[in-house]
Formats: sequence, structure tokens, C-alpha cells
Amino acid sequence: MSRIQQAFTKGKAFIPFVTGGDPDLETTEKLLYEMAERGADLIEIGIPFSDPIAEGPVIQEADERALRGGCTTDRLFDLVERVRRKLELPLVFMTYYNPIYSYGCDAFMKNCKRVGIDGVIVPDLPFEEKDELKSVCGQYGIELISLIAPTSKDRIKTIAKEAEGFIYCVSSMGVTGVRSEITSDIGGMVSLVREVTDLPVAIGFGIATPAQAQQMAAFGDGVIVGSAIVKMIASQGKDCVSAVGQYVAEMKAAANRKTQV
Amino acid sequence: MSEKAGRYGEYGGQYVPETLMTAVHEVEAAYEHYKNDPDFVKELDTLMREYAGRPSMLYYAKRMTEDLGGAKIYLKREDLNHTGSHKINNVLGQVLLAKRMGKTRVIAETGAGQHGVATATAAALMDMECEIFMGKEDTERQALNVFRMELLGAKVHPVTSGTMTLKDAVNETMREWSKRVDDTLYVLGSVMGPHPFPMIVRDFQSVIGKEIRSQLMEREGKLPDAVIACVGGGSNAMGAFYEFIPDTQVELIGCEAAGLGVDNPKNAATIANGTKGVFHGMKSLFCQNEFGQIAPVYSISAGLDYPGIGPEHAMLHETGRAKYVPITDEEAVQAFEYLSKIEGIIPAIESSHAVAYAMKYAKTLSKDKIVVINISGRGDKDVAAIARYRGVKIYE
Repeated sequence: MSRIQQAFTKGKAFIPFVTGGDPDLETTEKLLYEMAERGADLIEIGIPFSDPIAEGPVIQEADERALRGGCTTDRLFDLVERVRRKLELPLVFMTYYNPIYSYGCDAFMKNCKRVGIDGVIVPDLPFEEKDELKSVCGQYGIELISLIAPTSKDRIKTIAKEAEGFIYCVSSMGVTGVRSEITSDIGGMVSLVREVTDLPVAIGFGIATPAQAQQMAAFGDGVIVGSAIVKMIASQGKDCVSAVGQYVAEMKAAANRKTQV
Repeated sequence: MSEKAGRYGEYGGQYVPETLMTAVHEVEAAYEHYKNDPDFVKELDTLMREYAGRPSMLYYAKRMTEDLGGAKIYLKREDLNHTGSHKINNVLGQVLLAKRMGKTRVIAETGAGQHGVATATAAALMDMECEIFMGKEDTERQALNVFRMELLGAKVHPVTSGTMTLKDAVNETMREWSKRVDDTLYVLGSVMGPHPFPMIVRDFQSVIGKEIRSQLMEREGKLPDAVIACVGGGSNAMGAFYEFIPDTQVELIGCEAAGLGVDNPKNAATIANGTKGVFHGMKSLFCQNEFGQIAPVYSISAGLDYPGIGPEHAMLHETGRAKYVPITDEEAVQAFEYLSKIEGIIPAIESSHAVAYAMKYAKTLSKDKIVVINISGRGDKDVAAIARYRGVKIYE
């Protein structure tokens, strides 16, 4: 069982996302320690991209702040190398294909392995195009996380069969961001996955409140929260660390609360 | 040309989020069906003739030819199409396709506003809901086109993310499409984006090259020696070039926007300065930094102000079948003024990049050679910007 899969063995997993370098690398480092301490089971670190087409305004602005602050792919490798000395939990990079491709897929994955990154999530690399990166990931033992969406339908089983690490179930159409209501048939999507694989399923996009975490966790093995955390970072800046930690603890607890039937 | 559908050498592909994959497959299947459907083909052909005004004229520019003293110059007058540019060719095809697919809403990006105006026009004609995404900076540079789109019933969204220009308009249109794929088609304006768009747009634009061939054969009894077109994403150039790719004696020349110069950071010359990357759904060449962050680009022309190029152009560049040259703002403005004065034709500032290169190139060729310049659009929209460039104040 990979380190990523182990993250799902302690109840429902809570997976927070932060954009690396937002508002600066020091704060990101503190956030990683704090979130791990307060119950995060796996952390997604976003490598900021100039043109994140799957993101809503909250993460778009975080990427802009991070890039303006001088965050680069190399600086994030350095950061992960530092935190890896203290943190055991799985860490994955979330970024677009261009930052990886232009860095050189081989050089990128080699560095991932060197610093202790466990997997990558690349939202603009769909099933049909994944092989060129997946073969490189394989060489370095980095897991390439697959996404499924409400429109995936017949594609779900095809994608799930070749997936590794965990399956990222996109709860809603559109881009990342807080939603008041999630209306997709998540249960239906997850059961299609279950027909072909035992890999854990984590649900993301639009989840912000403990009630939503509890509701969504019931469908799968974990929940992913990005924009709600990034919003806290945006409004509180460098002072956000303890508030984010508190939020992570609440969300981990909520995800593991039994749903009343 | 391509090894497999959607690939042009190593370029092209379908690099979009999973939320859009079903939608792009749906467009691909619909296009493969309708492109051979006699009713679809007939209806599009009728629209092209009776609504867009095709075929566009191939005009012998006698005074320009004599003035430059070299090759014979012909102008392919896409500026005379309905809505004033080549964009209508693609848009009529795609909106008709959307209609056949049962869609009720079209969305599109626009730079200079030409593609937005064309899309709004076709949407009005075919009774579709229409929303256009345009960089806020471009809505200011091309305010008249914004009003024109609204007049045609479209809703225009100024895009305030990123650099507030064409690339950001594409980002925002993709985001919007991923929210609503069921009733909506993204009518992409250039030979870019994920497959099948580079192919669809090229096919609908290839009428330009086909007409050039037959018109010139009729007139001169031979093929052109060179076809020159401006390149942003590259749709008018691809449309003009495609027909001639097998005729290797025909030189294909794309003119990209060098802004203040290829060595100045303020340029949009992707072939000159770009490197391989994956962005906006395609593997191609892009202006970017060492970490793959897309560069803010610049050109006086909002329509060429794009940090990438269509994947088929990237391949034509790599194989050497087409060559790409940089043209600065100043050269383009001079060409804009030159063609206005010598032929009484005001070209779009985009097309002026092609005119500028032809002015340099034609005089190096002998008089028995023939050069065709694709005048992709008319320049009325640019008059105020050129006046500003020359320091003239215009009161509207």
C-alpha cells in the first residue's frame, strides 16, 4: 500500500489544499506543519500557475499572489525537502501540465522523488493524454492521481481501472470554489468506481462547511478542501496559521461524524 | 498531414480538464458526422454565399505592385466579408454545428472583437443565446466592437483576471464552458485549443485558400509563388495556407506580432521567442518563462496579442513547410497607412502585419512572381488606435 493509500486508513481522510508560496513560502511551511498536526491526512500543495483554467477566482488570486511573491517550482522543491524532515504524511503537488512539461517531466519527477513528494494532480492532463507523464511518474514511484467529473459517465470505469493513489471525484461542474449546494450524484459516481477498483475516493470542489464535509465524506473515503482554506489565507495573510489549523481539526472531525439516516 | 486525429507531429492533443472531455468528444463526433451531411454542407454553403458574401474578391493591387517594383501583388479581400473579417467563415460553420447539436447557447473569446462580433452575428442569425468574453484591456482598446456585439444581442463579459487580454479571455471562456456544457458550445475563434478545434477551424477557414487557387488559376493560369498572412492563433493564415501545403513550390509565410521588437519584452512573437509547452488544451509553442509561466505578451494589435500559436503552425514551422517572420508595431502601422493611401483599402492592423512583410519581400522578387496577401480584416476598428499611435486626438 502506497503512502497515499495509507492516508485513508485513519477514518475518513481530510485533504487540505494550499497554494505554495501564498502569501509567502514561510507561511506555507508553517501551514504544512500546523495542518499535519491538526489532523490533515494528506496535503495538496499547489504549484502556482499563471493561467489556472480549472480554478475559480479564489485560487486564481492565490496563484497570482504567490507568483508575485517570487514563488517558483524550484523554491517549492526546496520547501518540501525541508518539511519532509519533520512530516510523515503524504504530500502531493497540484499543478497544471505546463509547469511540469516545461521543467522537463523527467527532471520534475526526479526532484519529486528526491524531496519526498508522493503524487501529482494535473487537472489539465486527462485520461487520453496521461501516458506521456505517467510513464515518467512510474520510473520515480510518483503516483499520478486521476480525476472524474459529473459528466464522466461511461469514462468513470475506464479512468478508475488505470488509476493509482486515490481517485479525485470532482463534485460539481465548473471551476474550484465554495458552493452553497452540491447537487451531483456523487453516490452514483463512487459506486461506478467501486465496481472496478479498491482505491480510495476523495471528493473535492465546492466543499467548505463541516456539514458539507460530513455529507460528502459519507459518499467516499475522504474530502478535499481548497478554496475555503485559501480564502482564510487571503483574508488573514501571515496570521492565518492557527485559524487554518482550527478549521482543519473541525473539518477532520466533521468528515468522521456519523451521518444520521 | 497528422499522424493521428488531433496531432500535428507532436503538437496538438486534448489537454483539458476532465469536466470538458465529454464535451470535446461530443463536438468531435458531431463534426465528423455533419461535415459529410449533405444538408449541413448545403446550408453552410448557402450562408457563405448569400450571407457572408463569398467568394471574397482576389484583387490585383496594381499601384502597390508598380510602386514596389517586384512581384505581382494580389490581395485576398477577406475584409469584404460580412462583419469585416475572415472570422465569419468559421463562425457560421460552428454556430450551425451547435444548432444541429441541439445547443441553445454559444460562448466565445475575442481579442480585437472580430471573432466576438462574428459570433454575435451568427448567434443573432440562428437565434442562439450568446456570451462573449473579452479582456478588459481589449474592451477599452476596441470599445466600438463591444457596443457592436451588444447591439447584436450578445452579452459581453470584460475579463479582469491575469493580463486582461486575449489569453485571459480564452481562460475565462473555458471556465465558463466547464460550468455549462449541456446547452452550450464554445465557438473557438482560432486554430487552437483542444482537438477538434484546430481541425474544425482550419477546415471552415480553408475556403480562403481554395478560392485563392481557383481565382488565381482563372486570372493568371498558375499558382502563387508566395502566400502571406498574419498569425496570432493563426486561423486566417491556416485558412490561406492549407490548400497549398502539398504544392511545395508555393512559399507560405506567416507574420507574427513583434510589438516593440523581438528583443524587447513587449512582443507577441511566439515562433521567434516561444518554447514548447502545453496550454489552452494543446501542445504547441508558447511565450513563457523557465518555469512554464505564460508570459504577458504585447502587440498594438489586440487580435495578435496572444502568447501561443495553433499546433499545426508549430508543425509547419518545425518541418520548414511554412516560415514565420516577426513584424513590429511600427512596421505594421506604416503598412496600414501605405495600403490605405496606395490602394484605398484600410486593412485591419492584424492584416497590416502581412502587408508589411509583403512590402519588404515583393521588391526582392522578379516581376513574373506572384504574391498573395491575405487581407484578413478591414481596418475601420483600428482607425482610432492608429490616430492615438500617431499622436492625433480624435473627438467622436
